[in-house]
Amino acid sequence: MSAFTADRAGVSAATVHAAIPMPDVLPPVKPRRGFIGFLRRNPTIAIGGGLLLIMVFVAIFAPFLWTKDPTALAPAMRTREPAARWWFGTDMLGRDVYSRVLYGARVSLLVGVAVAALASAVGLAIGLVSGFFRQVDAVVMRIMDGMMSIPPILLAIALMALTRGSVQNVIIAISIAEVPRVSRLVRGVVLSLREQPYVEAAVASGTRTGRILIRHILPNTLAPLTVQATYICAAAMITESILSFIGAGTPPTVPSWGNIMAEGRALWQVKPYIVFFPALFLSVTVLAINLVGDGLRDILDPRMAKSL
Amino acid sequence: MWAYVIRRVLATIPVMAVVALFVFSLLYLAPGDPAAIIAGDQATPQDVERIRASLGLDRPYLVRFGAWVWDIAHGDLGTSIFTNLPVSRMIEQRIEPTLSLMVVTLILAISIAVPMGVVAAWKQGTIIDRAVMGFAVLGFSVPVFVVGYLLAYIFALELDWLPVQGYTPFERGIGPWFQNLILPAIALGGVYIALIARITRATMLEVLSQDYIRTARAKGAGQVSILFLHALKNAAVPIVTVIGIGIALLIGGAVVTESVFAIPGLGRLTVDAILRRDYPVIQGVVLLFSFVYVLVNLVIDLAYTLFDPRIRY
Repeated sequence: MSAFTADRAGVSAATVHAAIPMPDVLPPVKPRRGFIGFLRRNPTIAIGGGLLLIMVFVAIFAPFLWTKDPTALAPAMRTREPAARWWFGTDMLGRDVYSRVLYGARVSLLVGVAVAALASAVGLAIGLVSGFFRQVDAVVMRIMDGMMSIPPILLAIALMALTRGSVQNVIIAISIAEVPRVSRLVRGVVLSLREQPYVEAAVASGTRTGRILIRHILPNTLAPLTVQATYICAAAMITESILSFIGAGTPPTVPSWGNIMAEGRALWQVKPYIVFFPALFLSVTVLAINLVGDGLRDILDPRMAKSL
Repeated sequence: MWAYVIRRVLATIPVMAVVALFVFSLLYLAPGDPAAIIAGDQATPQDVERIRASLGLDRPYLVRFGAWVWDIAHGDLGTSIFTNLPVSRMIEQRIEPTLSLMVVTLILAISIAVPMGVVAAWKQGTIIDRAVMGFAVLGFSVPVFVVGYLLAYIFALELDWLPVQGYTPFERGIGPWFQNLILPAIALGGVYIALIARITRATMLEVLSQDYIRTARAKGAGQVSILFLHALKNAAVPIVTVIGIGIALLIGGAVVTESVFAIPGLGRLTVDAILRRDYPVIQGVVLLFSFVYVLVNLVIDLAYTLFDPRIRY
């Protein structure tokens, strides 16, 4: 280090050696490697990921976490306040709110992840084709513009009004509402990639279009798509709870967070805990996913990260 | 300029056509027999046939679509299956509460969010900035009805400062009207405030690093005048754009907020229609909201020249 600076400054080595040794103001930075180091550098991912892992754990191991049957009725013991026997109390049919909330994590996470996967896959396909083929682009994007003009929750409501309430239909309805946004994002990335020299080179060297799309374009869309997918997952969980809350979502027999809150709605002024616990779990889970999304964006898209 | 305005106005026609076509086609795209689903499980075959006829499902798709568009162009949104009233009249009766809620939320949200974003950008990296950004993440994560119940519980039930639920028409005085709307507006505005504050901060950070801001500082302009006169003006276009796009969030959130606070508006109408599977009403509300959304964003697009005279068409 000192030899390097001395050469640069054109000072003889002797003077440098004669100088009083300077104390190191900055201790040498040794970035910690491995997983722990990664978490240290990305606290949002660490916190969000940690919370999310807890929720996933709760969802998977719900039957073993001191829960009862979430649908078992006990009319004699309805609307009990939270106590040792009912950690989160019971609802107006005597069902254990703690068990229902824990099992509800399964429904919410399933809907969130499934919608993120489905909307990303369909949006990716539409965006790739639309961004690469100008003839298709004009038509497809007009359709997407139209769909984007319908507020997503209303679109999902309209779809649910025409189908029978089931978890599967909720997933499809929310996915349809999210697809236009994904395909717009992918299309934007593809449009800028199409003009890149390496794509031109691939075209010039006779690579088939399908191969260009999959080998050269697709990988570059994955980073922004992953970030978008986490936000879609969070939004889908909120939309699911809203749909269930207003009676257009999963059937009332399914213990989803939205359904528990919908059932507690009539009693919320006297028994607020029925609404409170699912609301807390939902908010924490969505917050966790949003934090992971923010962290991923910081890593994958540093230009965006600086401003937002 | 006028050529652009005309082009832009004409460009909304295909968008609205797609919206109409899509909302209309849902009836045909839905799996199963929509008439049977709408009629419910206890319906007789006669009921199903009656609903099929009233929805026009017994006629060819294109004929029905043509007639439907013709009716909409004449202000006829169809007839409710449940009440047998024209959908347009049902919407008319419910529009005031929703419009009030939206306007109050819009004003409240903008007047909170923009200063928040400006201050966060000014104090970048400090505890104030972190607090604003933390609030923004929270705003995106807590669903609107959770905020609604929390606010109602604290300010209406515990503190008894404001009415818990309900709506007072505007003509019965601005005071009671506003008292009923303030909690729903804050609940509904949460996500919207988070969105606007975030984009305001981001744009302001970019603008504040520009040369002309340094020039303004050098010539002795005060901090407030730099932030709000020099910087905010130049940051206006992206902020206004997001305000327009975010209205979709307000529309979706209004449906829920009206349920939480028992406001008899269009959202309540939609929820009632879902429970009765009254599809014409849902169709009408979705169509109306979508058209309003398209028009608001059209107006914002056309208003860019007001915010930034450098933009010329």
